[in-house]
Amino acid sequence: MIAEIGLAVLWLAAALAVLQLVVGGLSLRPEGRVLAALVRPVAVMQGVLVLAAFAALIMLFVTTDLSVKLVVENSHSAKPLIFKIAGTWGNHEGSMLMWVTIMAVAGAFVAVIERRLDEATLIATLAGQAFISLGFYAFLLFASNPFARLAQPADEGQGLNPLLQDVGLAFHPPTLYVGYVGLSIAFSFAIGALVTRNVGPGFARAMRPWVLGAWIFLTLGITAGSYWAYYTLGWGGWWFWDPVENASLMPWLAATALLHSVSVLASRDALRTWTVMLGVVAFSMSMVGTFLVRSGILTSVHAFAVDPQRGAFILALLAIDIGGALALFTWRAGTVTEGKRFAFVSREAALVFNNVMLSGILGIVLIGTLYPLVTEAYGVKVSVGAPYFNPAAAMFAFPMFVVMSVGPLLRWRHDRLTGERGARVAWPLLVCAAITLSVLVGLELVAHHITLLPALGLAIASGLFPASMLPLVGRNLRRTPLPVWGMVVAHAGIAVALFGMASESAFSVERLAAMTVGETRDVGPWQVKLASIMPVAGPNWTALEATVAIRYAGAAPVELHPKAETFSNPPGTRNESALKTRWNGQLYVVLGEQATDGRWQMRFWWKPFVPLIWLGGAMVGIGGALALLGRVLTDIRRLVAKDKIAYRRMRQGR
Amino acid sequence: MSEGTERSRPRLGLWLPLVIFAGLFALFVHRLTSPVDTNVVSAFVGNPLPQFDLPAAASDRPGLATRAFRTGKPKLLNVFASWCVPCAAEAPQLATLAQAGVEVDGVAIHDRPDDLARFLAANGNPYAAIGRDDERKVQLAIGSSGVPETYVIDGQGVIRYQHIGDIRAEDVPMLLNRLKQAGAKGAGS
Repeated sequence: MIAEIGLAVLWLAAALAVLQLVVGGLSLRPEGRVLAALVRPVAVMQGVLVLAAFAALIMLFVTTDLSVKLVVENSHSAKPLIFKIAGTWGNHEGSMLMWVTIMAVAGAFVAVIERRLDEATLIATLAGQAFISLGFYAFLLFASNPFARLAQPADEGQGLNPLLQDVGLAFHPPTLYVGYVGLSIAFSFAIGALVTRNVGPGFARAMRPWVLGAWIFLTLGITAGSYWAYYTLGWGGWWFWDPVENASLMPWLAATALLHSVSVLASRDALRTWTVMLGVVAFSMSMVGTFLVRSGILTSVHAFAVDPQRGAFILALLAIDIGGALALFTWRAGTVTEGKRFAFVSREAALVFNNVMLSGILGIVLIGTLYPLVTEAYGVKVSVGAPYFNPAAAMFAFPMFVVMSVGPLLRWRHDRLTGERGARVAWPLLVCAAITLSVLVGLELVAHHITLLPALGLAIASGLFPASMLPLVGRNLRRTPLPVWGMVVAHAGIAVALFGMASESAFSVERLAAMTVGETRDVGPWQVKLASIMPVAGPNWTALEATVAIRYAGAAPVELHPKAETFSNPPGTRNESALKTRWNGQLYVVLGEQATDGRWQMRFWWKPFVPLIWLGGAMVGIGGALALLGRVLTDIRRLVAKDKIAYRRMRQGR
Repeated sequence: MSEGTERSRPRLGLWLPLVIFAGLFALFVHRLTSPVDTNVVSAFVGNPLPQFDLPAAASDRPGLATRAFRTGKPKLLNVFASWCVPCAAEAPQLATLAQAGVEVDGVAIHDRPDDLARFLAANGNPYAAIGRDDERKVQLAIGSSGVPETYVIDGQGVIRYQHIGDIRAEDVPMLLNRLKQAGAKGAGS
């Protein structure tokens, strides 16, 4: 029964999306004005219905209804509850329903709370949101129905891939999804503003919290995914330039650029065309990423649910949504009136520079990801990896970091760095530059085996960290607005992450050793001893567990337990690494196979400061959250004040 | 850098995103409509077998040398070991192939005669000859990275196909077909 109700509710929601689009479109014409009042309630209703459909699917998974095809294929009655729930979105159909749910719920939120934007642009935005949603409703209802029943109920479900039965992984996809799909609101705002030609600060202020929110989720999702890959895959790497990693990085880069340009538009009314374009591009990158993952045209570790027909469907959606939006952009952007001008030395100019650099990195990643597709069209197989991505991205990233340390100190519109003001800005920056330079020279003198990129990274990170604190200098810290704190924390997070990345690549020590039980080796400052190897068993796996005694520079020994696991159903193996984190780095231990002479293959890495990568990522996310909180609090305060004024006026009979 | 400068020029830049997207779209359509074979063909396919002469690994079968593959008849070369579990799993398929009249030659990797005899007694012996490769020399020379692997060698001793992993029941017709093709090629050249 639940499955039928879920499907019926989903159809109703799709019908409401049609209504939302048609009514929204009609009410933009003068003779259709009367219809305008319908759009908001319809959007809210659509959100409620699709949420009910999603809840129905979760119910089916929680109760393990084995007459539903999707449940049989992706769940098992004996699974822990949390993985039953995670199983809802751990598959193609369920994740598409989640996609539509987030879109519709976000649309409903906009309909309820957005009161600042002019009504016409808001209605055009909601109509745009309905338009994109409709494509995905069609995809769900015609090509990937999550509620389909089996003719005969199955006896038992087929279970979930054991690699995915990990708490981190249960929540990594939905976090990224909220980020990807949250950008659809920015996309719809951009469309709405293009339709009504109303691109201004009001539009930017309405769009900003959505961009910020989606960007926070993307940041955290990417950071968590990177750490998951690092500790479960047993390869000791944290980023592989895999197509699917790139597919998440590209929307993040576009959203980062959008986040900064929308701030310029909100506070200075400049960069109108550019902001609208980034709004379109950010969600387009999400859709391109989804297409690359689902169609299977790129080979990747993440390529789940590969199906060329689904690929064709998503490609059609890409053509309609992105092609349509970009055509609208090309047609209308020329008539968007010019924003405010600004001088070469100004905060706007610094932000424009960083926007261009971010777009440059985006281009580098896009080209590198798709280049194998282009050459394969000519019959040549290539794979593009770190030797291309690292230097090419650094070419844009390093100048960006330099400008990033200066930009927040500059004034809006026009700044003159002479006289007393020049001294106040320039001196602290000179100190930071001196730190950078001395780190670089020091590294070249002491450790000249370090290659250029990591050395530059370490040097720039050392200067960027203090520089990112400079906006706080001379301020009353208690009265500093939250968005400023957010910026400082996020920028410092970038410096922290950069330091971790550069340090990982400059100082990592790797030891591959064949060891007998009882043998001791040196790994950097560590002494490691293979104490014993014991078999252990889990519910659906057996494993060999090694006990490794480790000592840091003669300190008391600690035990680590890396495992080599063998899964029975479906069969597979997994090397679970063991990690020891210190303030100055991480020791990473992997147990490999036993050689024919009885020795065990062990892999050790000592990675100085590697946890800073994810700490930095988390700081960037927290910075975003602080900024968002600040903006929302300001909005609430303003609304409360407005209500008070309205109330007083009413009482006074005005 | 300000937007004012864009005004004076015709705004061709506005077309750029649309043009880039059109290019991407064309690329995606092309790829979806003509899926590429993602299997990487071994660089050894098409090359003649290297020179080797391996001693016998089992008491009741001769050893294996390169010249045994110059008979004009295509053969299978199976790289295996008694300590390898999937090798036991593919034994019935090798038996089927041998019954179909295919000559199967084996290279035993890093093995001991006792273990090998036990393995052959338990799983059957489809091999016409078994060479003993204790140092994995031949295995490396023909580009095999593990066990089991199976090569189709044509009548002139040229490698025509490399099958990585165990032979499953559904692979048997494919291998017979490959042998037939190799027979046509080997005889023709």
